[in-house]
Amino acid sequence: MEKDVKKKTITEDVVRYVARLSRLRLGEKDLARFQSQLSRILDYIAQLNEVDTEGVQPTTHVLSSMRNVFREDELKESLSPEEALSNAPARKENFFEVPKVIKDA
Amino acid sequence: MEDILSSIDGFKQWLKGRSEPPADTAAFLLERAAAMDRDIKAFAHIEADRIMEKASSLGEAGEKGKLRGVPVGVKSNICMKGALTTCASRILEGFRPPYNATVIEKLLAEGALLIGGANMDEFAFGSSCETSCYGLTRNPWDLERIPGGSSGGPVAAVAGGEVVAALGSDTGGSIRQPAAMCGVVGLKPTYGRVSRYGLIAFASSLDQIGPVTRNVADCAALLEVISGHDHRDSTSVNRAVPRYTESLSGEIGGMKIGIPGEYFSSGIDKEVRDRIDEAIGVFKGLGAETVDISLPHTKYAVSCYYIIGPAEASSNLARYDGVHYGYRSPDANELIDMYIATRNEGFGAEAKRRILLGTYSLSSGYYEAYYLKAQKVRTRISDDFREAFKICDCILTPTAPTTAFKIGERMEDPLTMYLSDIFTIPANLAGLPAISIPCGTGENDMPVGLQLMAAPFEEEILIRAAHAFEKNTDHHKLFSGDRRK
Repeated sequence: MEKDVKKKTITEDVVRYVARLSRLRLGEKDLARFQSQLSRILDYIAQLNEVDTEGVQPTTHVLSSMRNVFREDELKESLSPEEALSNAPARKENFFEVPKVIKDA
Repeated sequence: MEDILSSIDGFKQWLKGRSEPPADTAAFLLERAAAMDRDIKAFAHIEADRIMEKASSLGEAGEKGKLRGVPVGVKSNICMKGALTTCASRILEGFRPPYNATVIEKLLAEGALLIGGANMDEFAFGSSCETSCYGLTRNPWDLERIPGGSSGGPVAAVAGGEVVAALGSDTGGSIRQPAAMCGVVGLKPTYGRVSRYGLIAFASSLDQIGPVTRNVADCAALLEVISGHDHRDSTSVNRAVPRYTESLSGEIGGMKIGIPGEYFSSGIDKEVRDRIDEAIGVFKGLGAETVDISLPHTKYAVSCYYIIGPAEASSNLARYDGVHYGYRSPDANELIDMYIATRNEGFGAEAKRRILLGTYSLSSGYYEAYYLKAQKVRTRISDDFREAFKICDCILTPTAPTTAFKIGERMEDPLTMYLSDIFTIPANLAGLPAISIPCGTGENDMPVGLQLMAAPFEEEILIRAAHAFEKNTDHHKLFSGDRRK
C-alpha cells in the first residue's frame, strides 16, 4: 500500500534536518524563506495524489527498450594522475589533500 | 552591425570573400562577438587567448569539415578541455576539464570555432538565466527582459547574432523555452540520441544536449554532427543516425498533426494563443491534417518533474565537496566543516532550494510518497503520448505560455517560475524529441515559439514539419539586432 502525498506544510525543523543531510547550514533568515517556499512547492506537488497509479509500474528508464550495458573488464586509456589532480583545490604529491579528519588530542 | 552569422551557408559565403589568414578571421569574429556581447552578456567567460590558440589550427579539419570556421557557442555545463566550464556556479570556480565532452570532439572534428562559457542558470536550475553567479543574460530583443532559461546564454548568443549556432542542454525545456523567447530554433533530441558524456549532470534521466540555430536547416546539420552512440554514455542508444538534412523536403502533405486540448485550456496569454492558431492554419494550408488528441496527465507534469528533477540533482550535486575540483572554503580546518562551508558558500539560492527539495523527497519516510509516486505518474504521462502517436505523426503546442517576462519579475516566486516550463517538461519526462521554432511576435513585439513533439527517434518528422513551416513564413527572418529596444 503506497502512502498518500499528504498536503502537509514542511516545518523549519524538517528544513534544518534536510539541510544537515545535504551538508548545508542555513541561517535563520534562509531557514524561514526556504520553509515558506518549499511549503508552497510541496502543496502544489500534492496534486500528484489525485492520479490513480494502482498497478502502474514506476518508470526506471524512459525508453523501455533499454537494458543494462556491460563491457569487458579490460584496461583502457584514462586520465594521468597529473590531469586528474589538475583541478584539485589542494594536493600533496599524487593525492588530494583535505583538512584533518581526526582532531588533535 | 551587419548580420553575417544568420546561417551556416551564409557564413561560408561570407568566409569565401575573406582573403586573410584563418587566424585573422577568427580574431575578427571574436572581437565582433565580444562587442555585441557587452549589452547582452550571453557569455560568462570568453577566453580570447585560448580560442585564438585553437583558431590557428582551424585548417586542420580540411576543406571537408562541415563546420569549418563556423563560430559555435557552448553552454558552460559542457566540458571543453582546458577551458573554463563552471555551470555558472561559484562551486565550480576555476574548473578546467581535463577532457572534452563527446559532442565537443564531434564539433572539433568538423572544424567548428568553439566559443565556450555561454551563460546559464546555475547548474541549469532556472527558466530565466537570472541565477548565474556571473550575473544575468539579457534578451537581445529587449534588454529589460529575460532571455529564458536555463540555456539563456547560448540562445541569446545565437539570437543576438554573435555566433551562428550553439549547444545547449535541456532537462525540462532549457533549450526550447529560451529559443521561443528569443525567436530562434531549439531542439531537444530523443533521450539517448546524443551522448551526455562530458555534460555536467543535473538530472541524468532527463538531460539531453541539443542545437540552437537561426533556422531549421542548420538545426538538422548540427543534429547530424552531434548524434550517435557513445560507449562512454551507457544511456546513449546504438542506432544509426539518419541524414537529418535529407528531411528538408518541405513536403508535409497528409501529415497528421495532433492538437492536445490540455495545452490550450487556460493560462496561455492571448498573444501566444493567436500566433499558434495562425500557425495551425499555415500547416493546414500546406496539406497537413490536424487531429484533436488528449494527453490527460499533462497537468501533473510540473509536479512530477519537481520531484524527479531535484531528487536526481541532489544526488548529482553531492559530488561538490571542495576536494577534487572547484571552490573550497578557506575558512574551515576540519573535514566536515570544510564540506559544509564549501557547499554553503559555493551554491546559490536556487541550487540550495533544489538540493533541499530533492533530499527531502528521497529521505526515509517520504521516498514512496514522493519519488516512487512521481515515477508512476511519469509512466502515465509516457503512456498518454504512446496512445496519441497511434493517431498522429507529431504534436503541436505553444512552447511557453507567455513571451519573455521582465528581469526580476519572478525571482522571489519559484513556483510561478517553475510553471513557465509547463509545456516543455512532458517531452523530457517521456524522453521524446521536441523542437521550438519562431512563429511571430506578440503585442510587445517579443517572439512567440511553437513546439512540435514526436515519438522517440522521429526527429526527422520534426525537422520536416518545422522546415515546411519556415519555408512558407518569414518569422525566422526577423533579427533581434534590427528591432532591439
